[in-house]
Amino acid sequence: MKIFVCTKQVPGISEVKIDPKTNTLIREGVESILNPNDRNALEMALVLKEEQKAEVIALTMGPPQAEEILREALAMGVDKVVLLSDRAFAGADTLATSYTLALAIKKILKESDSEENYLIICGSQAVDGDTGQVPPELAEELGIPQITYVQKLELSEDKIVVERKFRATEIVVIETKLPALISVLTDINKPRFPTMMGIMKAYENSNVIYFDSKNLNADISKIGLNGSMTEVKKIFFPERNGKRIILEGSPEEVVKKLCHHLQEDKIL
Amino acid sequence: MSIKIDHELCTGCASCVESCMYGAIELNNNIAKVLPNCTLCGACIEACPEEAISLERGDIKTKKIDISQYKGVWVIAEHYKNKIHNVAFQLLRKGRELADLLQVNLTLVILGANFDDKLEEFSQYGMDEILYVRAPILKDYYSDLYVKVISELVVQNNPEIILIGATPTGRDFAPRIAKRLNAGLTADCTGLEINPETKNLLQTRPTYGGNILATIQTPSSRPQMATVRPGIFKIPEKVQKDVKIRTIEYQFKEKDSVTKIVKVISKTKNTVNLEDAKYIVAGGRGVGSKENFKLLKDLANVLGAELGGSRITIELNWLDPDRQIGQTGKTVNPKLYIACGISGAIQHIVGMQNSDIIVAINKDPNAPIFHWAHYGIIGDLNEIIPILIQEFKKLKSEE
Repeated sequence: MKIFVCTKQVPGISEVKIDPKTNTLIREGVESILNPNDRNALEMALVLKEEQKAEVIALTMGPPQAEEILREALAMGVDKVVLLSDRAFAGADTLATSYTLALAIKKILKESDSEENYLIICGSQAVDGDTGQVPPELAEELGIPQITYVQKLELSEDKIVVERKFRATEIVVIETKLPALISVLTDINKPRFPTMMGIMKAYENSNVIYFDSKNLNADISKIGLNGSMTEVKKIFFPERNGKRIILEGSPEEVVKKLCHHLQEDKIL
Repeated sequence: MSIKIDHELCTGCASCVESCMYGAIELNNNIAKVLPNCTLCGACIEACPEEAISLERGDIKTKKIDISQYKGVWVIAEHYKNKIHNVAFQLLRKGRELADLLQVNLTLVILGANFDDKLEEFSQYGMDEILYVRAPILKDYYSDLYVKVISELVVQNNPEIILIGATPTGRDFAPRIAKRLNAGLTADCTGLEINPETKNLLQTRPTYGGNILATIQTPSSRPQMATVRPGIFKIPEKVQKDVKIRTIEYQFKEKDSVTKIVKVISKTKNTVNLEDAKYIVAGGRGVGSKENFKLLKDLANVLGAELGGSRITIELNWLDPDRQIGQTGKTVNPKLYIACGISGAIQHIVGMQNSDIIVAINKDPNAPIFHWAHYGIIGDLNEIIPILIQEFKKLKSEE
């Protein structure tokens, strides 16, 4: 059994601040990190690896420096890491990204000799783009069933039974045959920290496997910018649209003023 | 493929540097220079006032489709326990506006089993047509069946725009349909407009943790698909209108879906319905403690309001996760939103900025929330809220 985990290098969004004077992004000190939700996917895969005989392979598509997050995945305990890196992949929207990831998964499956079954685990969404579109698109590209927003999984030889959260108050338990893809929610597990041994192994004894558009035999009209249907028209900062009436006076006075305004606005 | 800068035209104004969210452009001898970490997103092209930036695509032959063949706006409904999710009706309001601008029909698409006697009621929400696909198995949601049926309908009918609620269900089937049809899809849109010249759908969405808004378009492919979070638009007023109802009896070849629903687990606890709340009282770090939320609860009770909070209040375990408002929580649009001790980080703002009236109570006069509030009170919430409760009670008794 092979378990693929799709990961992404993202900017540490929680550190991002807006400069209130210029209304622009302050980028200094914002590090690139492994997308937090992908850690949950890795943790789930590693638990499955311990319970059952499975090989865990982490993939990412990105610039050469995305190798860092793959080293981190290695340090956590995954068996193999693959970096899809090529200038021709740049500008990819989710359609082009899912096409490229699917090529890599097919290539790895083809090159492993046995008729193994496989499971793909993804985080539900990345903190930068926040679209959550790659997992279903990847499943479609591979022609396998998908179950998104998963909080619990039972894996057996040829099928999975998962708990999918589809409303705040309802969870649906779904069964499907392997191969399949799932995307997992955050907070479903506590991702492990890399061990000292793991870190040493990740940097000394393990290699990152590189794929580019050539050895993936990619159709260049389907990768990067060419394979992307959406394009960014513009980027801007949210406008502040309040009336900005600051009510002044003693607490009693401001409350009176507020109620007066709210009555005028027909809110009360 | 690369970003090209015309050195003759570049004035070194740095508009492109500011527009780049990856920090991949810098000024070099007063001329813009693209760095290797450029992702080719193209945001700088629009930002350049001199039109000095262009995107060289190389000579790749991509299949061109005739986009003029695609007409009409579709809203796809989802349902649970035979009740249509409100987001579909909300999308009909926006869909009507877009369809009128394009002078095309607006269609509500329902895949279900037991909606025959409800269609007439739905027909009051302003669409021109209801497309009802009926099959017993469509009583429940199956990812693969939705993808199959909707993809087939799109190929047969060629709509130009498809709007879908950004719920766990919508976000499950929409990307898979987009992939099958090779259509552009934009997630979690907060604004939808039509470019008056090109007639392209301009889809605005928060990105980069809500710090930035990006407008996305799909110029050379159809349909243009967008998901929209519940609560962004309001349910339209009911109108009397002649609506064409098309019912399609769907026969599934394979008897079942590739997935099987084993069971549904419902939590019994009271549901929090922030999305439909008319009044919301929300707290942030400034509330100070879990105990202090009692004060906000009292205020909420007087108003008949729902209680909500910013992300930190959930992280500190002051409130339940389903009460979180903002980028990673719920999007709300009440008549009145009272923000207590909320500083106003943009991640929170994107979830509540569509409220009719925003009132902010905060000790810090420099808190960003005051830029967004219609009425601001600079002061200690422990002092203000009790007086506010008294005053609201008084007003209530006068009614």
